[in-house]
Amino acid sequence: MGFLSEDWGAIWLTLKLSVYVTVLLLLIGTPIAWWLARTRSRLKSWVGTVVALPLVLPPTVMGFYLLVVMGPNGPIGQLTQSLGLGLLPFTFSGLVIGSLFYSMPFVVQPLQNAFEAIGERPLEAAATLRASPLDVFFSVALPLARPGIITAAILGFAHTVGEFGIVLMIGGSIPDKTRVVSVQIYNHVEAFEYAHAHWLAGGMLVFSFAVLLALYMFNPKHRVCG
Amino acid sequence: MKDLIHARFKINYSSFALDFDLSLPGHGISALFGQSGSGKTTVLRCMAGLERAHDAYIEVNGEVWQDDARGIFLPTHKRSLGYIFQEASLFPHLSVRRNLEYGQKRTGGGSDNVAFGQAITLLGIDHLMERLPDKLSGGERQRVAIARALLTKPSLLLMDEPLAALDIKRKQEILPYLERLHDTLAIPILYVSHQPDEVVRLADQVVLLESGKVLACGPVTDVLARLDLSRTLLEEAASVIEATIGHHDTKYHLMRLDFRGGAILAAQRDLSLGQKVRLKMYARDVSITMSAPTDSSILNHLPAVVLEMADTSNPAIILVRLDLGGTPLLARITKRSRDMLGIVPGSQVFAQIKSVALLV
Repeated sequence: MGFLSEDWGAIWLTLKLSVYVTVLLLLIGTPIAWWLARTRSRLKSWVGTVVALPLVLPPTVMGFYLLVVMGPNGPIGQLTQSLGLGLLPFTFSGLVIGSLFYSMPFVVQPLQNAFEAIGERPLEAAATLRASPLDVFFSVALPLARPGIITAAILGFAHTVGEFGIVLMIGGSIPDKTRVVSVQIYNHVEAFEYAHAHWLAGGMLVFSFAVLLALYMFNPKHRVCG
Repeated sequence: MKDLIHARFKINYSSFALDFDLSLPGHGISALFGQSGSGKTTVLRCMAGLERAHDAYIEVNGEVWQDDARGIFLPTHKRSLGYIFQEASLFPHLSVRRNLEYGQKRTGGGSDNVAFGQAITLLGIDHLMERLPDKLSGGERQRVAIARALLTKPSLLLMDEPLAALDIKRKQEILPYLERLHDTLAIPILYVSHQPDEVVRLADQVVLLESGKVLACGPVTDVLARLDLSRTLLEEAASVIEATIGHHDTKYHLMRLDFRGGAILAAQRDLSLGQKVRLKMYARDVSITMSAPTDSSILNHLPAVVLEMADTSNPAIILVRLDLGGTPLLARITKRSRDMLGIVPGSQVFAQIKSVALLV
């Protein structure tokens, strides 16, 4: 008994998806979080709300809309088709895009909190020492936000590992392409293969526990938010 | 000396308005003095470009930093200034050395080891180089912050109550460094403070700010002796006189301090003849007699002429501005004494000075 070869495929796919999504989210989420932390624009609450939506929306709702928008008659679907990329639903790329939206708040919010906690003073001090705004960001803001960045990366990664509903909606269950661990567990249970489901579910449990434990031990000041 | 700093700007917040217009010499320490809420910090922040003033014209050393009439606004990082915040603003993730290098690297100063060595010696921080800021005392942090600002070779140093966050002991520790700064550097310093003591001790020029407006501006000895300004500082009202050591009396352990229009005696200190000092005399320590007292234990009584008198916030008490042959002196007396002695402007009197503080 142990993991089946399909199980290993699902595990591998899940890790690959989570790494892609985490890296992309850090790149996309950092400027958004920086803007949210610093702006006085009236758009702030609107953007903040959109970013936080996945916290309250059922994943199926998000998945449904993404499916429609990326489908053959949706605007993004038509765009990707005209660019010769084909359709995104039921592909790995589609899964990455769905996961980006879904895990966005878990990355943006810790980053935003970390940037806000820095306060104005170190940034102003850096400006009086001739650092340009971009220079200030890289030489002062990012290093001072490091605990928040670590929290954001771990939460983004762990949350992507654990998603289910949105994957099912826009990815389906294609082996080695869109069948991630959570979907595979569901499949085992549907087929009454409880022993296999146990292995994967137990693995997820141990993994999640270890990730959160590491987060709390290395970063006691930063709570898991969301 | 030619004025080298011109600053003119306005700020209109719903709760606060600032209307600032001033020219300052391009050397020495100019104190921006006023009660809290008078707009001192805002003035500094506007000078630095951290706050966006409007209708502004700011010129330092011939370089225009802001001229709204011509649409010029240099962002903070392009202004050649050093800024010392109230609480030290060292970067917590960098060692003292790397904090110091932060600004120096960015001014194209590269690794000017001579300047680096001078700055750390001047502020006495050579032994702290490898420490992180959270391992420093408040006074040490402020000294590092000052050295860090100096290393950018600024044309103007802005200091926002650099001692306010420190206790008395730390203040005493850092004040001598500020005085050394004043004596060794050619950089003009704009120094915000609401502590008369600091102003008297450090400043050459005083800019008195009240509710966002410049009330007075001039040499410290002139501004502090103005009655209309001292009224608000009843307890703290004081005169400052520049004097030189004229004579040491070894028998009585006294020394004579000569100033324009007179001389006074003070307890002997280890100072060489001819050395310049500042004397501070609180108005509350100066009283008036009509004739030279011959039976008083008070050492210093000087002939003076009453120039003017002013009411204070205390209805029993008035401030009297005296002239000691060209040097102004404030005295504080009761209204009853004024009437009993018949003191009016022009009266010939004697000023009795009970105590003198020496600011070396």
